[in-house]
Amino acid sequence: MNTFETLDYDVLVIGAGGAGLRAAIEASAAGVKVGLICKSLLGKAHTVMAEGGVAAALANVDDRDSWKVHFADTMRGGQYVNNWRMAELHAREAPDRVRELEAWGAVFDRTKDGRILQRNFGGHRYPRLAHVGDRTGLELIRTLQDYGIHRGIDVHMEFTVVSLLTSSGQAAGVIGYERERGRFKVFRAGAVVLATGGAGRAYQITSNSWEGTGDGHALAYQAGADLMDMEFIQFHPTGMIWPPSVRGILVTEGVRGEGGILLNKEGRRFMFDDIPDAYKNQTATDEEEGWRYTQGDKSAKRPPELLTRDHVARCIMREVKAGRGSPHGGVFLDIAWIKKKLRNADEHIKRKLPSMYHQFKELGDIDITKEPMEVGPTTHYIMGGIRVDGDSQMSSIPGLFAAGECAAGINGANRLGGNSLSDLLVFGKRAGEHAAAFVKTHSRAGVDDAQAARAMGDALRPFDAAAGGGENPFTIQTALQDMMQRHVGIVRNEAEIQQALVELEALKVRAARAAVTGHREYNPGWHTAIDLSNLLTVSEAISRSAIERKESRGGHFREDYPDRKPEYATFNIVTRRKADGSMEVVRVPLPPMPDELKQIIEEQKA
Amino acid sequence: MTRASFKVWRTDDSGGGHFADYTVDVVPGMVVLDAIHQIQATAAPDMAVRWNCKAGKCGSCSAEINGNPRLMCMTRLNTLNQLEPITVEPMRAFPPIKDLVTDVSWNFRVKQTITPFTPRPADAPDGTWRMRQQDVDRVQEFRKCIECFLCQDVCHILRDHHLHDEFIGPRFLTFAAALEMNPLDAADRVPALKEQHGIGYCNITRCCTKVCPEHITITENAIIPLKERVVDRYFDPVTKLFRMFQS
Repeated sequence: MNTFETLDYDVLVIGAGGAGLRAAIEASAAGVKVGLICKSLLGKAHTVMAEGGVAAALANVDDRDSWKVHFADTMRGGQYVNNWRMAELHAREAPDRVRELEAWGAVFDRTKDGRILQRNFGGHRYPRLAHVGDRTGLELIRTLQDYGIHRGIDVHMEFTVVSLLTSSGQAAGVIGYERERGRFKVFRAGAVVLATGGAGRAYQITSNSWEGTGDGHALAYQAGADLMDMEFIQFHPTGMIWPPSVRGILVTEGVRGEGGILLNKEGRRFMFDDIPDAYKNQTATDEEEGWRYTQGDKSAKRPPELLTRDHVARCIMREVKAGRGSPHGGVFLDIAWIKKKLRNADEHIKRKLPSMYHQFKELGDIDITKEPMEVGPTTHYIMGGIRVDGDSQMSSIPGLFAAGECAAGINGANRLGGNSLSDLLVFGKRAGEHAAAFVKTHSRAGVDDAQAARAMGDALRPFDAAAGGGENPFTIQTALQDMMQRHVGIVRNEAEIQQALVELEALKVRAARAAVTGHREYNPGWHTAIDLSNLLTVSEAISRSAIERKESRGGHFREDYPDRKPEYATFNIVTRRKADGSMEVVRVPLPPMPDELKQIIEEQKA
Repeated sequence: MTRASFKVWRTDDSGGGHFADYTVDVVPGMVVLDAIHQIQATAAPDMAVRWNCKAGKCGSCSAEINGNPRLMCMTRLNTLNQLEPITVEPMRAFPPIKDLVTDVSWNFRVKQTITPFTPRPADAPDGTWRMRQQDVDRVQEFRKCIECFLCQDVCHILRDHHLHDEFIGPRFLTFAAALEMNPLDAADRVPALKEQHGIGYCNITRCCTKVCPEHITITENAIIPLKERVVDRYFDPVTKLFRMFQS
């Protein structure tokens, strides 16, 4: 039984969303042998769900935009705990990555003079998001997929990695199984790039697909890498809340970018009630000015609906808690009102927001050109992740790289909309490039067969547990999601997070006894048992980091410490595995920012 | 709370299969995929099904519901007759793997045979291009495709005649159209469409267009224009004249 097929690569990329595909393309261009592992079929990764656009200071719509403004917007959105080097590289390189996509076949919406069109989005000072209606993620992943399949990359679809293999402290490969037959394979590699996306499935209400179980986070952590800032979870302000079966599905920020407004049950546009000081100078003073901004008037300031996601989510929670919410526990998002301002508003909405029109019509039986939507916050994105070097994307384990959502740094405490797709491109490329360079300059670590065999044995344990009458893994996963939603959700306090840690210990005991029936071939119960172990690791890292940060910043809101504290802007919170298997939490000082970047931030505050 | 019964295709270890009966608690707004998940979480944890986004954007959860090719995540139970059992079975044009999951790898191999996007030289000195939105609109319709392969499933040339070696199917004719009609593309796929991709097999029954969950007008907007390009290139002038008078 303890046998497995072995394959050899120079660079092995885990995850085939935007970051993984971009990394694989870049590594392949460097002339090394590349393997790409997808958990689902190629082209189905969560990147397809990204709607609004890709942020890049092309300055096609507003020539006041530049990488410097984008850098300052990103740092302010992330409340200054970002990795400034990543924020700088991201802002500088995103325009080239977007133009490159067009050269590879992407077809973006156009300006009147035929260039790539850009739209408004929360936290971005100028219209900056290159987009394709509201299906930009699909355009991005399909372009990378179609370009990548001609680059000699070996794609392994529907393959689940269960363990990262290391030798002498260096990444050596992975072991996992192909879903179709349940057979194990070992991939030996000179360098491994993790591009596994997020962990939103730790929560009950989420926009994430089944794949978002923090696999890369957990694989890296178990192998000894550092996780950073795991307390920063983004709750996207607008998820669908009705009907119940679609709760959590995303409603793009593009709706607000195109002029959509948020109303409470009294019909009051509540976002004008609380505008943070840091944004006062750049926010519209009245409804009329906000509307002009969404229609491209350069003299107007943005409407408060386009403040950062953390702030909008909290304002919605405030309305709901005060009893001013919509019938199903959210608020109203209204784009239909623009018919007062625009002729052909119906057609305009359908052209600018086709997926949203389609989604509400088919899932909710609601025509968004005529009626408001009901929306509420949904778990969307994890800003924290694997701690990496800003330039190379290498983790604390030599030869192990990370890019995209599973890597930490660029977003700080809160990610601006549109910065995710550009992050994938910029740092996917960098990870692929540096992984290939690493392979060329380092000798390879060998794979220890005993380590692989142990990992295989662990992965198969749920089949043995069935004999003892163990528990259904789906039941345990639901219990975990419910617990995290209640105790470590949008509004947190010390007592509840401590309670979460107690409940996590009990869930770990239950998960160890999770049992699956049937055989190994395409067995969702088995996959869920393996995902569960990753979710538990990630949930513990989120909870422990959330206790350590005794302030409120970005996506992390503590009702027992509702204010930001300056001393908490001087370090990141790192979690790592100690020799005895327990999780330690340490504060790592932020590296000092160069004066020229400080100056850019000051200049942009005006 | 009401209950609905389902007949879901389960494969046997012998390689065959049967419809298994399940009962599901129905809540408002529920879709077929919710029902499948409920069955999985309670009665059949090893039931194989593909899904990712649950919002009609990834195209993973294709199946045949009451005999119609649909996305499970976009099929609301209140649009189906709940007095009768609802049948859910895998796509029948592809080899079965297990339960609702089929082997769609052929599609990925086909895509590699199509000449990739090949841009013309840049329009501006900075290496960028200029395109009009109205030229882009035409291609963007095809680029909405989520690769659910329901059009391939329903195409009788693949489903009934199994001509997979000679015909790329509606999905990849649409893909070829997206490349051919891209304002920047400079490659020529017309000879390949005729010789290797089997466009002549399509006799425009419009089944693909009817099942497309993205409402892409596959037949009229993609396949017929490509057929016209093939005809213009390969048919003699008399036929061309005749066609002009006809239209």
